[in-house]
Amino acid sequence: MSGQQFDNKIVQWIDDRLPVFSILKHSAVDYPTPKNLSYWWNFGSLAGVVLVIMLATGIFLAMAYAANTGLAFGAVEHIMRDVNYGWLLRYLHMNGASFFFICVYIHIFRGLYYGSYKAPRELLWAIGLVIYLVMMGTAFMGYVLPWGQMSFWGATVITNLFSAIPVVGDYIVTLLWGGFSVDNPTLNRFFALHYLLPFVILGLVGLHMVALHTTKSNNPLGIDAKGPQDTIPFHPYYTVKDLVGIGVFLLVYLAVVFFAPNFFGEPDNYVPANPLVTPPHIVPEWYFLPFYAILRAIPDKLGGVVAMFGAIIILFFLPWIDSSKVRSAKFRPIFKQVFWIFLIDCLILGYCGSQPPEGDIVVVGRIATAVYFLFFPTLWVLGKVEKPRPLPHSISAPVLKGGAAGHAAQPMEKA
Amino acid sequence: MAETSTPSQGTPPEGESRRDFLLYAASAVGVAGTALAVWPLIHSMNPAADTLALSSTEVDLSAVAEGQAITVTWRGKPVFIRHRTAAEIEAARNVNLAELRDPETDEKRAQKPEWLILVGICTHLGCIPMGQKPGDPKGEYGGWFCPCHGSVYDTSGRIRKGPAPLNLAVPTYTFLTDTSVRIG
Ligand code: HEM
Ligand code: FES
Repeated sequence: MSGQQFDNKIVQWIDDRLPVFSILKHSAVDYPTPKNLSYWWNFGSLAGVVLVIMLATGIFLAMAYAANTGLAFGAVEHIMRDVNYGWLLRYLHMNGASFFFICVYIHIFRGLYYGSYKAPRELLWAIGLVIYLVMMGTAFMGYVLPWGQMSFWGATVITNLFSAIPVVGDYIVTLLWGGFSVDNPTLNRFFALHYLLPFVILGLVGLHMVALHTTKSNNPLGIDAKGPQDTIPFHPYYTVKDLVGIGVFLLVYLAVVFFAPNFFGEPDNYVPANPLVTPPHIVPEWYFLPFYAILRAIPDKLGGVVAMFGAIIILFFLPWIDSSKVRSAKFRPIFKQVFWIFLIDCLILGYCGSQPPEGDIVVVGRIATAVYFLFFPTLWVLGKVEKPRPLPHSISAPVLKGGAAGHAAQPMEKA
Repeated sequence: MAETSTPSQGTPPEGESRRDFLLYAASAVGVAGTALAVWPLIHSMNPAADTLALSSTEVDLSAVAEGQAITVTWRGKPVFIRHRTAAEIEAARNVNLAELRDPETDEKRAQKPEWLILVGICTHLGCIPMGQKPGDPKGEYGGWFCPCHGSVYDTSGRIRKGPAPLNLAVPTYTFLTDTSVRIG
């Protein structure tokens, strides 16, 4: 990595002692990127941009916020009405959380469709899932901070999930609360953790990048790059493409921030927390709804909690559950359909999670939960029975007719 | 220290195992020491002394008429106090225990049959069941109904339907006089 030559003497002097410029050049300029990446590959860098926005707005919000049950609700209203641009900071932060999840969900389903989780990218996938878990914790604790009715009751229901653990459950819940119910100590520690975890995410994103630059990017064909003719340097080709994506993304994100800032919110959260009255219909933030639906689908407390956490944990094992050696769904006609069924099933689960658990919703929620878990054994079987379409010889072969010499690429062949 | 750099040249096997022993012993002390040092960090998250001190509440019951219920706070939690009617007591006592998910007699749950005192927190995921106010749904057993995921409790606060695993908890309480009670 070192040993790079730079024209600028000062840059060279620094780089000889601390190779930051070499590292940057290696991983953000020269980094050889498959030349066929589509716009679905924009969402990783978009998630990174949102993370930076969340850190920036969050730090300034924290300067005007007070993590105390007597003050928190008023502090957020103070931010909204009195702090200069406080309304902007808060609406950017509040909606930023939703757009963060939108980016990450698209990013995850992109990985599913193109088989990006398969060898050699298993750890890249696993680090991504850890980021997703920490994000969920961060967003959950952030939602508690304004200390509205949904903040309080969301915190109560979610922390109570741990009481389902046999033997030590109640002990863990008391430890989380720092008392006998969600109260001031709980709010205080949630703020401390809400401040910390985004920086943990930042570190994990670093690891995600190291793993990515070791295995290199997957691509829509799901075959490995076979040499320089299949790749282009990251800069300027993908820096520009990412910038285009950021422009479009900001248009949508800011349109919501300015014109529908409470679109993703719950009116109940503008009512101060009241520990003695549960709102008639408790719903978590939209990004948790599919898991909430799975929780409620199982008519047993422990069973529901296990299924809910299991629905995420099972994703870690996907690289070993999926027995097909072909990555991209483009060449897997049956998998392609199964993928879309899975995606639609997740949306149905989300809808069920948003509705009161009555009548048909209960039945639909149960069926959708079953379909969610059936997806995984199906992938295993599919790898054995499906006949994939022939893979192209190389990434450039389909475009450059002349370069099609040689044999067809093997499913996971190395360059 | 010639042996240190070239252990293959005639180092007695005892030397190796002594060094291994030191390595394992030092690691064990390190692990145990770290665990001990982490405990204060974890334990600092448990309820603090002042939180624990707020642990009893006195309630005057003289204004609560038969058939009425009040909610008081104890340790930040709602406590339901219901002045039960004869019919409610009767319903609570005439239940076949074998039908119950969490079998418990009403006699064990109420020191004085007319006063039912319960922690008003659903044992499923902690919502507050409805049934305290006159207009509230009380569920099909005349006790409480939890709006969150539909748990139904009877007139003794015992779980009858829905996802909750346990009866509403009975806090420790002492009657100071006939019409005043200390909870906690
Ligand atoms: C991973 C990145 C982050 C996510 C997903 C996230 C998520 C959230 C959410 C969902 C809320 C509730 C918004 C509302 O309903 O009002 C919130 C509030 C808050 N967050 Fe964050 N946050 C992140 C990073 C940060 C950082 C780095 C800080 C500060 C160091 C911070 C400080 C705050 C503060 C002070 C509030 C309370 C004010 C408010 O409610 O708007 N956040 N966060
Ligand atoms: S919290 Fe009462 S039924 Fe779930």
